[in-house]
Amino acid sequence: MVKVSEFLKQHGKPSREVYLDHENSGWVPPEVVEAMLPYFNQRGYGHPSITNLPGWEAYEVVESTLEKVNKTINAKGGELVITHNGTEANNLAIIGTALGSGRERRKIITSAIEHVSILFPARSLEEYGYRVVTIPVDKEGFVDPDMLSMLIDYETLMVSIQMVNHEIGTIQNIKTLVETVKDKDDRIIFHTDAVDAYGRIKIDVEELGVDLMTLSSHKIHGPRGVGVLYVREGVRLKPIMHGALSTQKMWPGVENIPAIAGFNKAIDLTFTNFDDNVKKMKTLRDMLMDGILNNVPEVLLNGPRGDKRAPDNVNVSFLQVEGESITVELSLRGVYVSSGSACTSRVLEPSHVILAIGRRYEEAHGSILFKVSRYHNKEDIEYVLSQVPPAIERLRIISPLARESREAVKKVVEV
Amino acid sequence: MSTRTPLIYTPKILDLFRNPKNLGKMEDATVSSQAGSPACGDVITIYLKIEDSRIIDASFESYGCAANIAAASIITEMVKGKTLKEAWDITWEDVTNELGGLPSIKYHCSILAVGGLKRAIRKYFQEIVKMHPDWLPKDLSKEERQALEEEELIERIYRKYGVVP
Repeated sequence: MVKVSEFLKQHGKPSREVYLDHENSGWVPPEVVEAMLPYFNQRGYGHPSITNLPGWEAYEVVESTLEKVNKTINAKGGELVITHNGTEANNLAIIGTALGSGRERRKIITSAIEHVSILFPARSLEEYGYRVVTIPVDKEGFVDPDMLSMLIDYETLMVSIQMVNHEIGTIQNIKTLVETVKDKDDRIIFHTDAVDAYGRIKIDVEELGVDLMTLSSHKIHGPRGVGVLYVREGVRLKPIMHGALSTQKMWPGVENIPAIAGFNKAIDLTFTNFDDNVKKMKTLRDMLMDGILNNVPEVLLNGPRGDKRAPDNVNVSFLQVEGESITVELSLRGVYVSSGSACTSRVLEPSHVILAIGRRYEEAHGSILFKVSRYHNKEDIEYVLSQVPPAIERLRIISPLARESREAVKKVVEV
Repeated sequence: MSTRTPLIYTPKILDLFRNPKNLGKMEDATVSSQAGSPACGDVITIYLKIEDSRIIDASFESYGCAANIAAASIITEMVKGKTLKEAWDITWEDVTNELGGLPSIKYHCSILAVGGLKRAIRKYFQEIVKMHPDWLPKDLSKEERQALEEEELIERIYRKYGVVP
């Protein structure tokens, strides 16, 4: 098979580039990188649990970061567990809750559009006698509180429903869902995966009443390699990984201090002028969304509109063309996005999220996720809008489905 | 999004994706065939112009990933000038090699291209000249079978999940 370097040479570096794949990996601004650099070899390069100066300096990074996280989610107590990514924090939330429970309760309720780092660990518990119940969502991705209420019984151990969907941007009404659960039985643990909510909507764990909540550094333009699980006081978790513990009782392995320092800086940048940042994202999101819907025929918007949609999320299905080829075509044009198509997945199955909102397979195959950020400007979106219509048009020239559709329309017009 | 795998394409694939050869519906084709299904995310249409048991022109359309487009394009290059027997003997491995290799998860792209080609050749003999040459197997070839299985699989998935195709 071909070497990656050869492929890259053939691809070439586009003269203009707009990165819109913040879903899969966040772009890290220079200020954040700068904040990380000293911690490799100038200060705080030690182990945060060892009694020497570089160790104490490292511990200061942990302490300061956790204080900032607490402040930005308004946590008055409880614990923040630092993991090495969001997937680990989600695994700890699900499996750690199961291990920490008394085993009388064997039912885990989650939604059909959760991230796979919730769905897969939940399913992994099935072979140990747990039952996973997946709540369907409506056409915009919302969980119905009445349906949730119906599914809760004396066997229910926990409920895990994400705050903002990572693919279609649906903002769940977590407060109502928590109240629904707690009204029925306040011993049920409520976890929310908030990695796509943090830095995009206001989060107040005291007001929401969630027991566990996951955050991830790279989703707010911090580096990859840091995840956080908020654990409310009194919630019993058991560690799922074992090894040398450091400042963290629930997650072994030495903390990734430079990455935590970068996350720390990313929090500052995200939450200083928070409202302006969100407003900017919303403006760019709507510009991109309207630009695509108005200029490309045969396209469907996936997820809700307006204030119930994450400020950075645009997800559309281009009909009669396949998503993987769209990502390649746009990449050659310097526009970097991802797709929910089967062809981009290991199992050749399209996105479970797009299918769960009632889209057909062929609609899921043409789905493209764009995530704008506060680091984009109007000109970036204009550039994207200048490239998307011709990219789709070129692939539709190749597609027999597009030709058949054109011929059918022509026939109707002639009749 | 879902579970992913790195995908690297050969220069030949990227080149054919950028500048596909023999693209588009052939209005005066002797025979055409389609393989794959929209629900699976890949469809290949093959058009052949045949004279004296020889393919004198070929073209394609493709709904699918970059590898799918490249596989459909290269097979139309490979069959031009070949007799129908020679074209029938092209295997999916031949197509893969001609592309300079494919990631293993994309082998089904060259299988679908060969499946589409073999369907067209079979259709030519069954529906147009209405005769059956000795070399053409009565049973479906491996590639035709795989294309059919892929098309039927999605029907099963739709039935299983209660979605009407």
